[in-house]
Amino acid sequence: MSAAILNVDFGLEKPVDRAPKEVLLGAISGSPAMVLPVAEPAKEEKMEKVASLPAVDLSTPFSEKLASVGRAVLPPVLGMVILIGIWYIATMKGGSIPGPLQTWDAAAVLFADPFYRNGPNDQGIGWNILSSLQRVAIGFGFAALVGIPLGFILGRSAFLAAMINPIISLLRPVSPLAWLPIGLLVFQRADPAATYTIFICSIWPMIMNTAQGVQRVPQDYLNVARVLALSEWKVVTKILFPAVLPYILTGIRLSIGTAWLVIVAAEMLTGGVGIGFWVWDEWNNLKVEHIIIAIFVIGIVGLLLEQALILLAKKLTKESS
Amino acid sequence: MEKFVQVERVGQTFDTKKGKFVALRDIDLTIKQGEFIALIGHSGCGKSTLLNLIAGLTLPSSGVLLLEDREIAGPGPERAVVFQNHSLLPWLTCFENVYLAVERVFGTKEGKAKLKERTAAAINLVGLDHASAKYPNEISGGMKQRVGIARALSMQPKVLLMDEPFGALDALTRARLQDELMKICEVSKATTVMVTHDVDEAVLLSDRIVMMTNGPAATIGEILEVKLPRPRDRLVLAHDPSYINYRAAVLEFLYQKQAHVEKIAA
Repeated sequence: MSAAILNVDFGLEKPVDRAPKEVLLGAISGSPAMVLPVAEPAKEEKMEKVASLPAVDLSTPFSEKLASVGRAVLPPVLGMVILIGIWYIATMKGGSIPGPLQTWDAAAVLFADPFYRNGPNDQGIGWNILSSLQRVAIGFGFAALVGIPLGFILGRSAFLAAMINPIISLLRPVSPLAWLPIGLLVFQRADPAATYTIFICSIWPMIMNTAQGVQRVPQDYLNVARVLALSEWKVVTKILFPAVLPYILTGIRLSIGTAWLVIVAAEMLTGGVGIGFWVWDEWNNLKVEHIIIAIFVIGIVGLLLEQALILLAKKLTKESS
Repeated sequence: MEKFVQVERVGQTFDTKKGKFVALRDIDLTIKQGEFIALIGHSGCGKSTLLNLIAGLTLPSSGVLLLEDREIAGPGPERAVVFQNHSLLPWLTCFENVYLAVERVFGTKEGKAKLKERTAAAINLVGLDHASAKYPNEISGGMKQRVGIARALSMQPKVLLMDEPFGALDALTRARLQDELMKICEVSKATTVMVTHDVDEAVLLSDRIVMMTNGPAATIGEILEVKLPRPRDRLVLAHDPSYINYRAAVLEFLYQKQAHVEKIAA
């Protein structure tokens, strides 16, 4: 009884204050993608958490650790469980949209053989994902090749920035898909036209972020360069590039996100092989469960791309800062 | 050389949104070779502005600055600057930071081995052999400032310019670095101009203390010659009557003659 009272008293000011923050932190640090497949252990974690809650104030380190792991894992798992639960309930009575179990069965079949080839219009989901990724990689690579140096130039020259910024402001809000007909016209083939839309949509964030990074290089570093009277080459390699790198990486991350968004839509229009085309094809075949699978796959691939870039950014900036 | 650095009728105005701001006016100063000059004054009196002018980082609105009878038209490695906030490049190790400067100054004449030797010697001079391979964010503020000094000294500059180099450090570290700096200047015979707001630092280190009037439109108020024999020892000086007098003279200038009146909405 006394413990309960103590807890309540204490609870009035501290834990109430603390608990939501920790849950929030856990939700942020726990990456939802990683915990997706572990639905089973969640119950155990939950039990642990409940058990260790009163012990938190006595703080035995081991149970503290378990509790913090629980706090990190529990919210995202719970979110997934609720999502799938709602989906299950909504589709329980049948109808055109398949439920989670049907979709799971279809996915099991689909992923049993992801790399088959029955002609150009019937290929495994693995090939479709890979060819989408390839388009993104090429379009995105060209965008980096053009956009990053252009960003440097705009960041260094106020005149060129004033000249080109209005053009960028005008073109940036245009949906990349609006460029697709131009691409088809120029390249006469669907595949490079899709790649070209990726190029268009990736290039803006790269230019803008690089230019912003160049403008924000601390004056102190530039003063060092001036006092040493470094050559322009040394200024770029030893001072500007390392200082701008975090901004470039942000640009890359933003543009790969958009690129992955756009490729699905572009492929729906151009056809061929690719995850976007595959979604449209399955719609024509009325295989709705495949469309739902595709939605998950697109989401997971996008998330992995983003996480990989965050990891890369962390690694590069750790080395350079 | 009697007239090593000459500052003649120098004034500096900045264009601001509210119109012209006169930072400095009528600055005349001649610095001898090997001399240690301290610039002291209340904040906002333009002492850093004057230092930047000598560095060539900014150009004067009127008047002229000369080094060895040649006009100072821009920054250059013969006038090395130790910045207030050390300004080390965080993506280079301490060694690489110094090496960047050494390579720039001696790279055309000397081989790699010799350049590395120079770099190591400069780092050794400030007593940081053990931290040579570390990155700036892995070492303390005092050590960073020492690397900054090593970088400046490694260039064998004609003039060493220091902008409140020890301002951000705690009192004990500051005292140790001041002692080190005195030894280094003794050895290298560097002509040094140091901005400071620390009266003890100014008296302890300088041959002359240039005291500046309050800004805006600041100028040189008085110049105090510090005739204390070198090498100087802070413990001995603490009881030295002439040291106490010098100190009092600077304090008097700062807090009586230039007492910082809260300005009536400048």
